[in-house]
Amino acid sequence: MNGVHDMGGMQGFGPIEREDNEPMFHHAWERRVFALRLACGGLGRWNIDMARHANERMPPADYLAATYYERWLWGLQQLLVEKSLATREEMLSGKSLAPVPHGVIAFAPERVEKAVRAGRNYRVDAVLPTRFFVGTAVIARNINPVGATRLPRFVRGKHGVVQRDHGVFIFPDTNAAGLGPKPQHLYSVRFAARELWGDGAPHNDGVYLDLWDDYLDPI
Amino acid sequence: MSDHSHEDGSRFSEVELRVKALDSLLVEKGLVVPETLDKLIDTFETKLGPRNGARVVARAWVDPAYRQRLQQDASGAIAELGYSGMQGEHMVIVENGPKVHNLVVCTLCSCYPWPVLGLPPVWYKSNAYRSRAVIDPRGVLEEFGLELDEDVEVRVWDSTSEVRYLVLPERPPGTQGMSEEQLVTLVTRDAMIGAAKVPSPTGKRP
Repeated sequence: MNGVHDMGGMQGFGPIEREDNEPMFHHAWERRVFALRLACGGLGRWNIDMARHANERMPPADYLAATYYERWLWGLQQLLVEKSLATREEMLSGKSLAPVPHGVIAFAPERVEKAVRAGRNYRVDAVLPTRFFVGTAVIARNINPVGATRLPRFVRGKHGVVQRDHGVFIFPDTNAAGLGPKPQHLYSVRFAARELWGDGAPHNDGVYLDLWDDYLDPI
Repeated sequence: MSDHSHEDGSRFSEVELRVKALDSLLVEKGLVVPETLDKLIDTFETKLGPRNGARVVARAWVDPAYRQRLQQDASGAIAELGYSGMQGEHMVIVENGPKVHNLVVCTLCSCYPWPVLGLPPVWYKSNAYRSRAVIDPRGVLEEFGLELDEDVEVRVWDSTSEVRYLVLPERPPGTQGMSEEQLVTLVTRDAMIGAAKVPSPTGKRP
C-alpha cells in the first residue's frame, strides 16, 4: 500500500527531536498499550505482518499526527475487530457484550519469559534455488500492491547490487494477507545514493534494504 | 488529540480513557491476564536495554575471536552473552571503520533490535528520522553532532525485513588500558544505531 507509513525520502518533517535520559515509556497508558499489544499477539490470531499492516491502515492524517503508541493502539483495536475478538461498541464502553470465540486462549504469564527470550523464527527451513548471487545487479520491481508490502517506494524501479543472501524467509506480502508464508530468498541489496536521489547525492554513499525474490528482477 | 492528562487520577486524556476501557474489556473477556501484562512490562523495563548491546560491543573490541563469530553469526554470538529473542531473532552486525560509517533506520515502521538495545527512543520512531535517514544521512548525523569526511562511505540500513542490524562502533582512542567492564560504560545507544561515535574518555576524536 502506498501509504504515509512509507516515509523513506520524504521531506519537510523538520529536525529530529531528541530527549536526554529518555524514559522507556512517557505515560502509564503507553506502557499498558505496549503490553496489551504483545499479550494479544500471544493469542495467535494474527502474525507480525498482519500486525504491522494494521498500523499502516490508520487514516493518513491521523497516522501522521499520532504518536507511536497511539498507532499501536489503533492497530490493536483494528485487529481485535477484524478477528472478531471485540467490537467497537465494547471497546468504547469497556464492557463485554458477547463471549469470545471458542478456542481462544490467553497468553499465560508462565509463557512470557520464554516467549520473549525465544522470539520467533522467520527463516524457513527449505532449500530453494537462489535467483541472485552476491554481486548480481538487480532492479527493484515497480509494483504498487494495495495490501502490505515491505518494498518501499523510494527503491522501486531502481538499480541495486546484491550484497548478501540472508537465506529463505517468510514473505511478508502474502503472510500479511493470510495467504501463507510463500518462502523465498531474502537478500541485502545496496542502492547507490546517486541512483536513488540523483547526482547531488554523495558518490560514496549507499542505502541497503532487505528484499525478497518477488521484489527483484535481474537487469 | 485533546490532552487534559494529569496523573493524579482525577482527569484523563481521551487516549487514557480508551486504553482503560480496552484494558478492562480484554481482562473481562479473558483475552488478557493482568499478570501477563505485568511480566511483559517488567521484562522490557528491567532486562532489556542498550547495556546489553554495549556488552556485545565491548567483548568484540577485546576479543578478536568473538568479533569473528559476531561477523559470521551475530545472533549466535549475541546469545553467548545471554541476549536473544523477540525482534532480535536474525541479527547482523555492521562494522564502522575509518572509511565506513553505518546508520540503521526503519523507514516503514520502527523495527529495532530489542534484545540488545531495548525499545527504541522517540526520535528513532519519529517521522523526521524515518523520512530523512535514507535521503540525507549526513544531515541527520550533523544534527547529532557528527560530521563525516567526504571520503567516508555512509551505509544506511533500512530494516525492511525481520533482520535486525547492530552497529559495531570504532573503539575510541585513549582506551588501550581499559578493561572490558570499563569499555561497556563508554558505549552509547546512539553509537550502536550509528547516530554517533563512541566518545573517547580522553576527549580525542576517534
